[in-house]
Amino acid sequence: MTEKFDAIVVGAGPAGNAAAYTLASAGLKVLQLERGETPGTKNVQGAILYSDALERIIPDFRNEAPLERHIIEQRMWVLDDDSAIGTSYRSEAFSSDRPNRYTILRAPFDRWFSEKVRAAGALVICETTVTELLQEGGRVVGVRTDREEGDIYADVVILADGVNSLLARKAGFHGELDPRNVALAVKEIHFLPEETLQGRFNIKGSEGVVIEIAGAVTHGMVGTAFLYTNRESITLGIGCLLSDFKKTRVPPYALLEELKQHPAIAPLIEGGEMKEYAAHLIPEGGYKAIPKLYGEGWMIVGDSAGLVNAAHREGSNLAMTSGRIAAETVIALHGKGLPCSQENLAVYRAALDESFVMKDLKKYRELPEVLHGNPHFFSVYPKLFNRAAHTMLTVDGEDKHSKEKTVRRSFVEQRSLLGLMGDAYRMWRATR
Amino acid sequence: MHIVVCIKQVPDSAQIRVHPVTNTIMRQGVPAIINPFDLFAIEEALQLKDRYGARVTVLTMGPPQAEVALRKAVAYGADEMVLLTDRAFAGADTLATSYALAQAIRKLGEEEPVDLVLTGKQTIDGDTAQVGPGIARRLDLQLLTYVSAITDLDPGGKTIEVQRRSEGGVQVIRTRLPALVTVLEGGSTIRFATMPNMFRAERQPVQQWNREQAGIDDVGKIGLKGSPTVVSKIFTPRAGNRRAKMIGAEMGSAGEVASAVLDLLGSEHPRFARELGLAAP
Ligand SMILES: Cc1cc2nc3c(=O)[nH]c(=O)nc-3n(C[C@H](O)[C@H](O)[C@H](O)COP(=O)(O)OP(=O)(O)OC[C@H]3O[C@@H](n4cnc5c(N)ncnc54)[C@H](O)[C@@H]3O)c2cc1C
Repeated sequence: MTEKFDAIVVGAGPAGNAAAYTLASAGLKVLQLERGETPGTKNVQGAILYSDALERIIPDFRNEAPLERHIIEQRMWVLDDDSAIGTSYRSEAFSSDRPNRYTILRAPFDRWFSEKVRAAGALVICETTVTELLQEGGRVVGVRTDREEGDIYADVVILADGVNSLLARKAGFHGELDPRNVALAVKEIHFLPEETLQGRFNIKGSEGVVIEIAGAVTHGMVGTAFLYTNRESITLGIGCLLSDFKKTRVPPYALLEELKQHPAIAPLIEGGEMKEYAAHLIPEGGYKAIPKLYGEGWMIVGDSAGLVNAAHREGSNLAMTSGRIAAETVIALHGKGLPCSQENLAVYRAALDESFVMKDLKKYRELPEVLHGNPHFFSVYPKLFNRAAHTMLTVDGEDKHSKEKTVRRSFVEQRSLLGLMGDAYRMWRATR
Repeated sequence: MHIVVCIKQVPDSAQIRVHPVTNTIMRQGVPAIINPFDLFAIEEALQLKDRYGARVTVLTMGPPQAEVALRKAVAYGADEMVLLTDRAFAGADTLATSYALAQAIRKLGEEEPVDLVLTGKQTIDGDTAQVGPGIARRLDLQLLTYVSAITDLDPGGKTIEVQRRSEGGVQVIRTRLPALVTVLEGGSTIRFATMPNMFRAERQPVQQWNREQAGIDDVGKIGLKGSPTVVSKIFTPRAGNRRAKMIGAEMGSAGEVASAVLDLLGSEHPRFARELGLAAP
């Protein structure tokens, strides 16, 4: 085809939609290509939506986006085989008129976002897979699709094609994905009547609760689980590093089954009807695994750039923010009549470095390595904390002083004094 | 040559879910698709266009969202889209629907005479197979139902030859145009849209016709008013509760089991046994 666009965006997840919406709203001629039948059909997320990132793109999204519940309470649980220790934070302040976080279901959310992109003036073409990037003299000049007469040209191509970007790999921008840098997550949605759900979680109206979970359920693998309340359903999921799954050979769905049967979880989902099951990869290599983000005529955003803050389970907000910043970079160049050369696109990386995206990823840059080298964080400590709580909370005639001694001894026996100090230091270094 | 393909947007019955709590059918979130039989009709039209050259207009009656189905047909290669949409059409049965569509086709014919109307053999949500014949009767078109292939068409001589499935086998029928053909499944599957057609489908405006624009004066013939069909009751047929007989696998060889089955059939259905030439007990 001879038609040429100002920008082509590959993928209609949060990153691609943020980019395409921003570009089209500024009046640029945008083509967005998505392989799914409709946007959202192939996408998987917990899912927590962080308002701030979307608000900067669509300020009044709350009036129209399909949102499930706004989060007023976060619990964090560490599980042993049949017990759980944890903390929680709940606040009425989270019920303000502009709540900070929501649960969403990705399929309807993505469909809504995509409608916004269309309405902003972008040409959105679904059921079309981009098979490779067209290059001329070391410059990306367009894309090839799986359709007849499907070569299309543009000044810049924004890759928002998600984790494990085949396009970036094929073009040589990425290497193979290291199984130590990617988690495999599985999740299910369980239907429950709204009143039952509200009763179980002590919430009213559209209030919601999230529970982040670690401990025995991951069989010592580096990973976490989660439980989110939607309007009429509960999303429950668990994910661990791919390299650990390979080592232990535990099937991911078996972990999910165990999680559902855990005595702290089972009563929460009891009577629910399973509606859908999904599995997806999450890039968790963090700062050190981030590939080159731009070049002659191209940029990478979102999961395909590895922009996920695994420690806080934030991904969609980094995706939207990177998509928006990439778009703003192109808009500025377009306005000045400048080409999307590697040199000019460096602004994208610089702006990203100045944003929370890179600052947060940098803060946790050592974390993947530390967690990987210290599997006892996921096996030994959950047990120790649970046993300590059990000892201290059991009233059986033994004096508290002796109980504390027992607890201390259990920690030292398992990790040695030096080990404990080392662990504390490593954790501090990895998250400071 | 002007070909009109009548299509319908239907809920994807493969994906209809029952709400686990309320036990009602969940329409929300069930994707809408082009009636699968209509896809075969679209493909037949496009093949005729490839072979003889034709203008292919897709026509549907439905809510505004039905334009998605029309756009999809254009992505495959159809030329124009007409959406009949008006509150007055709501609640139509097959009689009222075929009247409205026939009027619209008559209107389309004013621009360029319509030589051929194609539809799927039936819809998956109504299963009546009545709309096509209803249109043909009203427009005085030659009616060819359950067509598995259009084998020949002579645009100059205005004739068409088709293969039609019937109880006993395949009929080969030649008749004159204009005709209405309802297309069976199993012919050529729908083609993969080209990129330029994908673009065109997104950009081309859909012609939306309300009642007047479709050339309909008599509101008594459309919508609920024009629909004599009464649905008196919807129920699931009761499953028969006759006892099943188990013929034991412990009996040994397949031959022994087979003769036990035949013996049983013979004793329960003597006529069947006689016709098969089995020894009557
Ligand atoms: C189980 C799970 C739970 C999560 N929970 C959360 C959470 O609670 N909060 C949070 O913020 N993040 C969460 N994340 C992370 C979040 O889902 C991702 O960070 C986010 O979806 C990334 O957006 P994206 O647009 O970069 O990629 P995606 O959402 O993956 O979108 C990529 C799109 O590109 C399309 N595509 C791919 N290749 C091609 C191609 N060649 N041609 C055309 N189209 C193509 C895909 O079909 C897809 O639509 C979770 C992830 C998982 C797996």
